[in-house]
Parts: sequence; structure tokens; C-alpha cells
Amino acid sequence: MTANDPIRLAAALLVAALASLPARSQETETDIWHKVREAQFAGRSFEPVADQVITIEAPNRAEDAAVVPILIHAVQPQQPQRWIRKIYLVIDKNPSPLGAVFTLTPDSGRADIETRIRIEDYSWVRAIAETQDGKLYMAMKFVKASGGCSAAAGKDMEAAMARLGRMKFRTDGGVQLDQPNLAELMISHPNVSGLAMDQVTRLYAPPRFVRTVQVSYAGKPVMNADVDFTISENPNFRFYFLPHADGDLKVEVVDSNNATFETSVAIRRGLAAGS
Amino acid sequence: MRFGHGLTAPLIAPLLAAGCAAGGPAIPLPVTPLGEGAYVFYGAQQETSAANQGAIANVGFVIGDRCVAVIDTGGSPLEGARLRAAVRAVTERPVCAVINTHMHPDHVYGNSAFAADEPQFIGHEHLAAALAARRLSYARALQRELGEAGRDAQLLMPTRAVATGRPFALDLGGRTLILRAWRTAHTDNDLTVYDGRTGTLWAGDLLFAGRIPALDGSVTGWLAVMDDIDAINPRQIIPGHGPSNDWRGAMDAQRRYLRALADGTRAAIRAHHPIGQAMQEVAGSEQGRWLLFDGYHRRNIAAAYAELEWEE
Repeated sequence: MTANDPIRLAAALLVAALASLPARSQETETDIWHKVREAQFAGRSFEPVADQVITIEAPNRAEDAAVVPILIHAVQPQQPQRWIRKIYLVIDKNPSPLGAVFTLTPDSGRADIETRIRIEDYSWVRAIAETQDGKLYMAMKFVKASGGCSAAAGKDMEAAMARLGRMKFRTDGGVQLDQPNLAELMISHPNVSGLAMDQVTRLYAPPRFVRTVQVSYAGKPVMNADVDFTISENPNFRFYFLPHADGDLKVEVVDSNNATFETSVAIRRGLAAGS
Repeated sequence: MRFGHGLTAPLIAPLLAAGCAAGGPAIPLPVTPLGEGAYVFYGAQQETSAANQGAIANVGFVIGDRCVAVIDTGGSPLEGARLRAAVRAVTERPVCAVINTHMHPDHVYGNSAFAADEPQFIGHEHLAAALAARRLSYARALQRELGEAGRDAQLLMPTRAVATGRPFALDLGGRTLILRAWRTAHTDNDLTVYDGRTGTLWAGDLLFAGRIPALDGSVTGWLAVMDDIDAINPRQIIPGHGPSNDWRGAMDAQRRYLRALADGTRAAIRAHHPIGQAMQEVAGSEQGRWLLFDGYHRRNIAAAYAELEWEE
């Protein structure tokens, strides 16, 4: 999708940048950011004040660089006349700096996204919201973390492969019609980067990771995610949907081997739903 | 702590011996005799730093009639060289086996100091893949922590694998060590060494004493393996970190911690608390009971959460 080529370009640029010693500076205008910006947002300007549109929460220092919880928070609800249509997630120091592009709609209700990511080195983590009128707003957070991508092998690889493709999908409590409801999607998938190849032994796990997540409610798109191995093993997404009547909340997941996984839950007013 | 004698000498000695890891006169690690030709060096209860040269884990060796088995080699080539010097200070017999109890850098980065002895390097059947996957990040971390001394450190790979559930008898001449590879517990490549002559089990990081256990495998698996270790009924356990004098108390404390971690994390998952929230609230009662708690507790919760959210 739209994310692929910029990801590859930016990845190549960053691998080159990593070859030199990683800078520890908290300078926000990093070289890699300029390159990502040029590749993805050429000629476009960013609104000077973003905190009434989007914020990002992440730990100052990540205990486990392979599982860094982040919350991208949309300050306003999604409304027909004003809504966030895309959120770009950029981690400057990662091998693939543009790690996720989320596409949202008024039917999302809220454009909040909570997930867990890998971070390779001390880095700015940026969430860029694009509103329906094409304006860009950026929130960012500096996170101290190291080695989250290159040590991407799971803690228990056999268990991970045996469970690959299983999903759990549920709402957070009873569903209320005509207002945003929180849903959690868990995908059992090792999300292996393939970056951990060993030069001496040639032992490594080949890349295999979730590429797209498409969620719809009653046939209308709610949240699409174009992602890569930036997302932690067993990808987990919390997001909102806005039901106006009973219906089915569906998800289709495709990974880098083109394996497709689907599940759905029936949404009934007042009831909690889960698979 | 009681075993702090391991610390004072290494503070200065590494600098003196810095260029000598390839075979120069490294200063022997101050090892403690366990009796019957077995020796242990108790590492400092610290994070790896330039000051301690990675000498933070317990390492040691066991002497047979024919040859010597080294059990873990320390966190830097320099510590490995100093362990080798400690072997040489008490026996002329060759080192025929270097055993790694698991993949973590503080246990394996001294392997290269023994290359000239041409021993078997023995580890869990998952050790090679685990090291291969982490080689780059381990190398970067070592350089960050040790500076120049960490720059050219080599990570030697195992030459012999022990299969899970199939104990391997290592004959040192008149003395046999039983090597067991375990299911995923502290890591997915934990291996223990049982010395029948003294009834001593070298547990590697399946047992932490004093220092907070670090979960890099499976919390449920670890609790189960602790039960299996009880069933071996050893006379003594050498932990991977911390003193061995109260190893039964250490087993109890570790069980308490891992259970609190598992139970608290399950409760957070059932309450639909996201992982970031769980990391702030689980098993807070353990604070103050462990060394280096702040460095590991929250990441233990993250690891337990990622494991247990898929539990049936």
C-alpha cells in the first residue's frame, strides 16, 4: 500500500545512518526525519500547534525495547465535518522509520490508537495526524530504548509459531450505540523482522510480519493499519468504532507471506462482545 | 553483601590486564572453593559497567581426573581470561568443556578466553539460535557498557547441543556432570549442571538470590521448572546471581516473586487493563525486597503480560 515504498527508502537511508555511531541528541530536526518528511510529506507544511488535535504517550525509558506501549490520542472525537483520516507513526532511529499508517473514518468514533512497538535506539517517536482537510499535525515523544528490533526473536519461538494467526477480538464492556466504543484486537503472530541475521552462523528467523489490518463495522471501514515489524510480537491494537445499530465487527489481517486471517464478533447493544 | 570480596580486586585489575585477554598474565578471579575440586566466583550484584567489566554473574569450574569443565565464562573476554587464570592457578589439567547455562551476555562473553584450549562449548539446543538472533544488539550493548574493552568481544557459539528432556552425561574422568536442558523458563535455552560427587546443582539464572529475577522466557514455565529442580533434591544450589549460602530461602523468595508477578498480571489482563497500566500496578509488594528492582520489575510485567494474555 501507500506505506511500502517510503518504508523501503527510509529503511535504506536509516541502515546507512546506523552504520555511524548513533547520535544521542534530542534535537528534533533529525536527518532521518527530514528524509522521511521528504519521502512522505514532500512540499507540505505542518500546523504549528498540534496539541488540540493529537498527543502521544510513551514511557521516557522503555523497560523492554521490544514491547514499548504507546497511546496515540485524538483530542477531539471524529465528526462528519472534522475528522482525522490518517495517523502516521514514525520512529526516527528504527530500521524502518515509518512503522505504521492508520486510516480512520468518521465511523471510527475516536481516532485513538493504542499499540506496542519495537524501538531500536534512543529515538523520537512521532505521531502525525492528517485531518480530512489535508492539514498535518505532529505530536512527538523522546523514548530511551535499545535493541528492540535487532533482537526481535521471540522469547518462545516454538509457541509463537504454533499459535500463528489466532486472534482475540472483543469490546471493552457493554456496547453503547451512537457513541465510540473501545475494541481490542490481539493477533498471535511472531512479527519477525528478519533483521537479526547472524553474519557468522547464518542462523536467523526469516522476516514474517503483519502487513495490513482492516477492520469494518456493518460493512463500513473503521480502522485500517499498514504496518510492519515495528509492531511488537503478537500485535495488539486498541481502537474505537461507532455503532448506530447491531452489526458485525470484522477484521482481516494479511501478513508478509500473504497469509490471511479473519475473525468477527457480533455486536449487540448493551452486551459485551468477544471472540 | 557477604560475598562482596569478589568486587574490590576487579575494580582495578581489569585496567591492568586490559590488553591481555588473548593469553597474557590475567589476574585470577578470586574464586571460592566449594570442596572436591569445584570453585565458584560470585559476581557483583550490579549492572554491567566499565568498573566491574561484566563480572556480575556467578561462574565457576569443576575438576575431574582427566580434565576441567568451566560453567559460564562471565560478561567480558577479560573476565573469561581471569576465570581461566583462576583455573590455571589450581590445576594443570586441560579445560575440555565450556558450558553455558543460557544466552545472556554476563554468562557467555568470556567464552573466547578459552578458545585456545579447544574445549567443547556446550549449551541448550536453542542456545545457538538465541545467540545468533541477539549478536548485534549484545555487541552494541557491551560496547556501550564497557567502552573500548567491549569493542572487539567475540561471542563464541556452542559446538555441542543438549536436547530438552535428554540429559547429557559429561565425563571429566572419574567424575560425571549431568547437563539438563529445560523447557522455556528464565529464557528458552536454560541448562543446569549437576555434580553428583558433591550433590551440587549449578542452576544458572534459573535461580536468582538477592537480585530480582529477570524474566526473558516464560513465567509459568519458570515456576514449573523450579518444581522439577526441587525433585532433583540437590544438596546445594549455586544460583546464577547472588550467594549460595541460603539457596533454599532464595528458592522460596523467587517462587513468591514469580507467583505474585503471574497472579497480578493475570488480574490486570482480566480487568482489561492495558499493558502500560499493568506495568505500573502489578506486584508492587515486591518492591524493597530485591536488589536492582527498578531496573527489571516493570519489564518483567511486560514480559509476563505478553505471555499470559495468550494463556487459555
